[in-house]
Order: sequence, then structure tokens, then C-alpha cells
Amino acid sequence: MRWGVVVFPGSNDDRDALRAAERVLGDEAVALWHKDRTLGGADCVVLPGGFSYGDYLRCGALAKFSPIMDAVARHAREGGLVLGICNGFQILCEAGLLPGALIANRSLSFVCDFVTVRVETTDTFFTHGCRAGEVLELPIKHGEGCYVADEGTLAALEHEQRVVFRYTDRAGRPTPEANPNGALRNIAGVCNAGRNVIGLMPHPEHAVERLTGSVDGLRLFRSAQSWVTRGAAAAPARSAPG
Amino acid sequence: MSGAVTAEVADEHGLTREEWAKIVALLGRPPTLEELGVFAVMWSEHCSYKSSRAFLRQLPTRGARVLQGPGENAGAVDIGGGLAAVFKIESHNHPSFVEPFQGAATGVGGILRDVFTMGARPIANLDSLRFGRLEHPRTPYLVKGVVAGIGHYGNAIGVATVGGELYFDPGYDHNILVNAFTLGIAPADRLFRARAAGAGNPVIYVGARTGRDGIHGASLLASAALDATSEEKRPAVQVGDPFTEKLLLEACLELMQTDDIVAIQDMGAAGLTSSSLEMAGRGGMGMVLELDRVPLREEGMTPYEILLSESQERMLLVAKAGREAAVQAVFARWDLEAAVVGRLTDDGVFRGRWRGAEVCALPVAALTEAAPVYRRPAEEPSRLEELQRLDPAEIPEPADYGQTLVRLLESPNLCAREWVYRQYDQLVGGNTVVRPGGDAAVVRIEGTRRALALTVDCNSRYCRLDPYLGAVLAVVEAARNLVAVGARPLAVSDCLNYGNPEKPDVMWEFQQGVQGIRDACVALETPVVSGNVSFYNETEGRNIPPTPTIAMVGLLEDVEAHLTPWWRAEGDVIALLGRTREELGGSEYLAVVHGLVRGAPPWIDLEAEKRLHRVCLAAAEERLLRSLHDVSEGGLAVALAECSFGAPGLGVRVDLEQGMRTDALLFGESQSRMLLSLRRRHLGRLRDLARREDVPLTILGEVRGRSLVIGDAIDLPLEATRERWRRALAVYLAARVR
Repeated sequence: MRWGVVVFPGSNDDRDALRAAERVLGDEAVALWHKDRTLGGADCVVLPGGFSYGDYLRCGALAKFSPIMDAVARHAREGGLVLGICNGFQILCEAGLLPGALIANRSLSFVCDFVTVRVETTDTFFTHGCRAGEVLELPIKHGEGCYVADEGTLAALEHEQRVVFRYTDRAGRPTPEANPNGALRNIAGVCNAGRNVIGLMPHPEHAVERLTGSVDGLRLFRSAQSWVTRGAAAAPARSAPG
Repeated sequence: MSGAVTAEVADEHGLTREEWAKIVALLGRPPTLEELGVFAVMWSEHCSYKSSRAFLRQLPTRGARVLQGPGENAGAVDIGGGLAAVFKIESHNHPSFVEPFQGAATGVGGILRDVFTMGARPIANLDSLRFGRLEHPRTPYLVKGVVAGIGHYGNAIGVATVGGELYFDPGYDHNILVNAFTLGIAPADRLFRARAAGAGNPVIYVGARTGRDGIHGASLLASAALDATSEEKRPAVQVGDPFTEKLLLEACLELMQTDDIVAIQDMGAAGLTSSSLEMAGRGGMGMVLELDRVPLREEGMTPYEILLSESQERMLLVAKAGREAAVQAVFARWDLEAAVVGRLTDDGVFRGRWRGAEVCALPVAALTEAAPVYRRPAEEPSRLEELQRLDPAEIPEPADYGQTLVRLLESPNLCAREWVYRQYDQLVGGNTVVRPGGDAAVVRIEGTRRALALTVDCNSRYCRLDPYLGAVLAVVEAARNLVAVGARPLAVSDCLNYGNPEKPDVMWEFQQGVQGIRDACVALETPVVSGNVSFYNETEGRNIPPTPTIAMVGLLEDVEAHLTPWWRAEGDVIALLGRTREELGGSEYLAVVHGLVRGAPPWIDLEAEKRLHRVCLAAAEERLLRSLHDVSEGGLAVALAECSFGAPGLGVRVDLEQGMRTDALLFGESQSRMLLSLRRRHLGRLRDLARREDVPLTILGEVRGRSLVIGDAIDLPLEATRERWRRALAVYLAARVR
């Protein structure tokens, strides 16, 4: 498959996403310049981590105005796959492609650590290769990763099983101690109603090699890979979180 | 020319009357205000190294792998495969004391620029931080500001912060130290240098616009002692913008793929003045700068201010004539300005023009080569003899060794640093193999099987007690930390933080420190390839302890063979390489438990140290070891605890042969020791290796259970002890927030 990784001014983990797709998965991967207006034929567009435009106004608030974002929105409308990681998640929320917002961590400090998240639904392109309820070890590194949304939105997300990842302990319990940033309902990642746009704060692209800490992110990328290769029609039916 | 100035104006610029007289003699006339400003920064201690230069020549700077020694923006060593490791450490002490967040942030920004100016992509940062007592009312504010500032810059620009050190000592109550280190990777045959060449070639200014920030940062803030009015010097601290620097980094690396650059230099201390003069000076060229073409942040700036501004995120480069548009196109792609502000000349004169008139015309050599060199008086302070006296009989042994170990593990200098490094992105770039918390960080070299190890070390308590031996031990400690992860030490960058060089005792400490580094680096074959001297770390007559911070880089041929300190499996044998002597001088134990900073630092035999390294590296290469850890501050007992604090949560059961005081055995800081674990079946081979190098090997016990059992003296539950160690720093800081 073909991955497209958008490079905004201030993107930092673009190289890591490209490496994960190219070197580890063996897929095609192209860097997409934020001033471009097309996606270079990418099956899945990745909005990578980093500090787009310095995050000086509000995380993601300026990146949503980049020329390429029109193409990303069109791709999403047409059912194309979009993955926002960390700053990319923030951009997707700012752009209205995902509900809710990411605000400053409750600690008010940047936090970098390996955390555990539970896969809440396997009915997405990014998680269908996992078991529902499976606990993955992924790194986080962000200052503004506290997911918030109004009660109605949260209820709808839960009802429609659009919470994709939740911070839990190793046993899969969503405890306050397992929540690194104060996110409501321990939410680490969500998808849109069409389930083709996913945003998450943890960095699966930093968990693709044993040497650098974890390979749990590889499962997620492989899910996307097989989803695209086999075609969406072959995807398994919805399954509830375990 | 604008009006000439007087000796009184020179006083205000921090120049001495002798220096003033020398300037007038060199020029044959009094300087203009702009010229005086240029002299003041170029001849400042910070830029000219006038008090240190004569001594730094002693340092070994050559070696088979050295591609670039001191004198450029950063040093470079060959790491095989056509690649170079480019690195440097630099101080940002006074700015960080005056304005901790921005001071530390711009320290990181400055050292990053030094490295990517050489054509290297920065891949890892380290930070060596020293603060006063945690009980000092200002310390928590400074710690939080500095850590947040480092995170702010490093995280946003996307370079992983992979390690560093953090010390608390009353000697830094009034003058903290913030030393920032960056490591980058470049193609070995494409290192960029700051040597101007080719009369007529354009001088191009790139990056952020020039504002009024940081004027006199180098001369008045960095090259003078601090005092009660230091807070008023905040305007001399620059403001960092990591986003602009990220763009500058990417644009410069993109431009460096072409052949359009002749020379490039970042605008750090003394801004446009030093960057242009240093490039011209190294190339033996002259330069004309059209100061009204410099992009400005605000209206009404004078040529004097433009020359001296230390606004951040700016670079100066010399391009090939005719390539101006190509250079500008690259920067435009990254939304950055690139302005042609001058050209090279072959008359050796630095000219600044403003609205058609010449405001300065100075022979470049007068500013660089003719800068003063001082051999200031040096005298051994009489206090040392008394400080080094230590009568063990007067030190009572603790009644409860378990509680003593806990007290040490909770003490500010030995407790976990997690509170600090959790605030840093340790992973961006995707090559961090050993994260902060081990003996040294390990970073894979992209696309190869090799990896680099990096560490920064100095025990300034040792340096206070014996400035020579302390410097030797700083180098040795750094090397041993690299060996502990399985890396072969390659080269050093040093950051020499000292007090006021005009005080003979400080000058003596400095000379001793340089000699110590020289002797240790010669013995360990680790040349010094870059560095920085920070003098005037003095506040109201109080000087900091001598602090020669040593950053060292090592190479692992096979990244998979790297080692960490933590026990890996129940039943593994725990052994100690090296000899424990009855030494308590300068130890953390003496300071924490007995409130004493005295005695002689531990004894060192550099040949024995090298033999220890050979045993460890051979054992690592043969994959005999499961874990390896340097025994340093806090001694053997603290090292045993640290090895148990890894993720598996495995305890120890060890027996200790006595033959000396129990406190010296457990907490003494004898050098040249490594603590390791291995499978029982590899013990024989390790014995052979140790015997061949004549390094004592002692079997201590084994990895076992969920507690720390050390002889009859200590039996502590592992989990509870680890939690106290892990949380101590956050608890200290939380308790002292006002």
C-alpha cells in the first residue's frame, strides 16, 4: 500500500512515520508537503506528531489552514483512510474531522513515557488485526493530550463504539493512575462516524522495533496494511470491546 | 565615521583601561561607538577566551578518528560507514540564573545551531544541570524553569533529549550551571566550516529578524560576575523560538545538499559581529556589511544595536557568487528570509556601512589574532589542606544500614531523575535505544548496525576537594559510563565552568582542571574535539566549585550488544570487577549522613581503569553479561539498589567480605569498579578475561527475590524502597513550592 505523511512546518515525527511505513512495513511511503494540494495517491494519509507552526496559537489551529488540508478533508469524505498521531490528532480535531479537543495535560507538564492502552474496538482499519480488549504498550510524548468533549459527544462516541483506545493499566483497567494527561473517560484515541479517520495521542510509529522499546504499534500499522491490501469489503464485522 | 568615544564609555562596555589603550594603539585613533561595541564583545572573556586560551593548548585534540577539533562550531569524529559524529557542549549559566526558562531554552537552541551549522542533523541532546540546595528558596523555581525551558525548545524542535545529569550543591545557590550538549550525524566528507573564502562572494543573512534582545549578553552577562542587580539584566537574555529554528534547521540541511555554501556560522554570542568576524578571520578575509539590509524586527534600531543584538535563530553564510537566488529559494520554501547583507573582500578589513556612511572599519586580525591573552596569577588556596584532612575515627558508623541506604536513595543527588526526563521527548527520531536513567544513553545510527553512546559527567565535590583529581575523575567517570553500555569511548567535549579568573585561587583551580582533563584524556585516548569555557561564575565574591563538565561520545559496533544496569533474570550471578578500598573522602555518604564535605577524593590508577574497560568491553562483545553498571556516587550499596530498580523488579541477595569499615564497604566511592550480572555458566570465561587484565573479580551473590539483602547489614523490601527513590525529587519540589 501507499502511505502519505504530511510535513507541516514544525512536524517532527514525520520521519518516524515514514520509517515505520517504509523500512519496517516495507510499504511505499511519500512525504507530502503542506503546500501541496494533492495526496500523491496515498491510501492512508498520516498527519504526524510535532509542533506544527510551533503550536503557538493553539495546537493544530494553524495547520488546519494549510493548503493540503482541503485534500485531506476530501479524502476523508470519500472514505479514504486518515490517521492523526499526537499533533496530527490535534489538527484533525481543529479541522472538524474528529470531535472533541485536546487541551493541556492536567499536570500542566509535557509528559514522555511508555503507557498502556486498551483496544476498544476492532472495527476500524487500524485495529482490526487486534483482539478487542487487548492491551498495547505505546509511548506518549505531549503537553496537550487531555481529550475533552461535551457530555453529549462523549455519550455518542461510547454508544457508537468510536472510542478506539483508552488508557488502562496492564490488566486493562481504566484507572485514574493509568491516565497520563487527565483525558475524559481515559480516552486516548477516537474515530469519526465513518470509522475511516482515526486520531490518537500515543505514538504507534515509535513502537515498531524491539530495539527501541515496543513492537505493539506494528500490529496497528499491519492492520491498516491488510485492510488496504484486502480491501475494505473483506473487513470483519463490528465487535464489542472485551 | 560617527563620533569617537572615550575611555569612560569603554569602562561601561566592560573593557579594562589597558585594553582600551591597546585598541587605540591598534587603530591609531579612538574607535567609534560601533567599533567599541565590536571590540567589547570580541575581546570579552566569553568570545576571546583571553584568560583560558594559553592553557587550553595543553589538551590533546588529535586522534585517528578526529575530523574536526576545537576551533569550529563543533567537533567531529569518524564513526565509520562514511559518517561523522558532530558534537559540542556549551554553557548558558548566567542567562539561566537570571531568566531560567528562556535562558535554558536558548542554551539548547544555541548548541543545536552549532551542530547543524556543521552540516549534521542533530539526533540527541544532553543537559548537565547544577542547582543550589533544594532548601534554598529560589532553587525549586530555577529547577522548574530550566527543565521546562529545555523541554520547550528540545521537544518543539524535535530532537530527543536522552540524558544528562542533575546535582544540588550549596556552591550553586547563587550561580546555577546549565550546560547543553548536542550530538548530530553528518556525512564525513561533507562537513561545513566557518572559513570564509573568495573575494566578492555574497554574505547572506538567514533566519529570524534582528531585534533588541540579548544586547551585551556575551560581554556584560556572560563575562562578569552576578550580583544583586543581576535580575535587571533580564533584557540581556534572549528569547527562543524553536519553531523558527526548526525551519532554519531543515532549510540549512536542504541547502547543504547543494554546493552553494562556502562557509556558514551561526549567530550566537555577539550575534552578527562575531559570526562575520570569525568567518572572515578564519579565512584571512575582509568583509563589508550593509547594516541597513539586515532584516529587522522593529524600527529605529541603530547600527550599534544591529551589530550587537543576540536575537536567536539566525545564521550567516557565505555563498558562491551568482548563487544568491538559489539560496534564497531554499529558504523561501521554508518561509524564511534570506538577505544578502554584504560581500567578502580581500583587504582584511571589517567594514560596517549604514545609510551610505562607514560606521566601522576594523582590521579583522586586530579583533581576532590580536585579542588579549592573559596568564593571570594563579595560587593554590590554603583551604585545601584542611579540607582534605579526614579522620575516620571521628566518623561514627550508622546504627541502621538499611535506613542509611534509604536516606541516601532519597537524597537529592541520588534519587531518580524521572521527574526531569519525563518532561523531555526522549524518542523523537526513532533511534533511542537506551533512554535516560542508565549509565549512558544509546542512540542507533540510522541505517546501520552501529550506535553511539553519550554521557555527561562531573562530580564537583571531588573538584572542590582536589581540582586536579576531580577533573581526572570526571573524564574517567564519563568513559566508564560509556563502557557500561558496551561502547568504546571516542572523544570528549568539555565545558569548563569556573569562578572569577581574576582571583588567583580560581585561576589555579582552572589550571589544575585543564591538567587533569589532559592527563585523563591522554591516558584514555579520548581527544577533546570541542568545548567551552565559562568563567565569572561568581556572585558577590562567592565562586562556584570548579566544575569541568565532561561530555563523552562512544561507539558500539553492534547495537544489539548494548548493556543496561538492570538485573534481567532471577538466579543470575552478581559480581564486582575492581577493588574496593577504604575510602570515604568526598563521598555522597559523608555529605548526606554526616554533613561533611571533606577528605581526599577516591584514588585513581588510569592504567587500572583502562584494564577494567578492556575486560568489560571484551565481555560485552562476547555477550557474556546480562547487565553492567558503574559503581559511583553512593557506592556499592546504592549501585546494587539501582540495578534492582529496573522494570523486572528483581531483588538481590549478596554477601560482603568485610576487612574494612562497613560504611566504606557499602557507601565508599572507590573508582574503577563495575557491578555486573551474568549467567552462571559464563563465569569461567569472565574470570579468564579478568585474570588476563589483572582486574579483581569478586562474586557477590545472585539476583533473587523481591528484596535488597546485602550481607547482614541491609534487608529492605524492593518495591517500597524503589517508590521512595523514584518519587523523592517530585516530593522535594512539591514541598517547596511557594
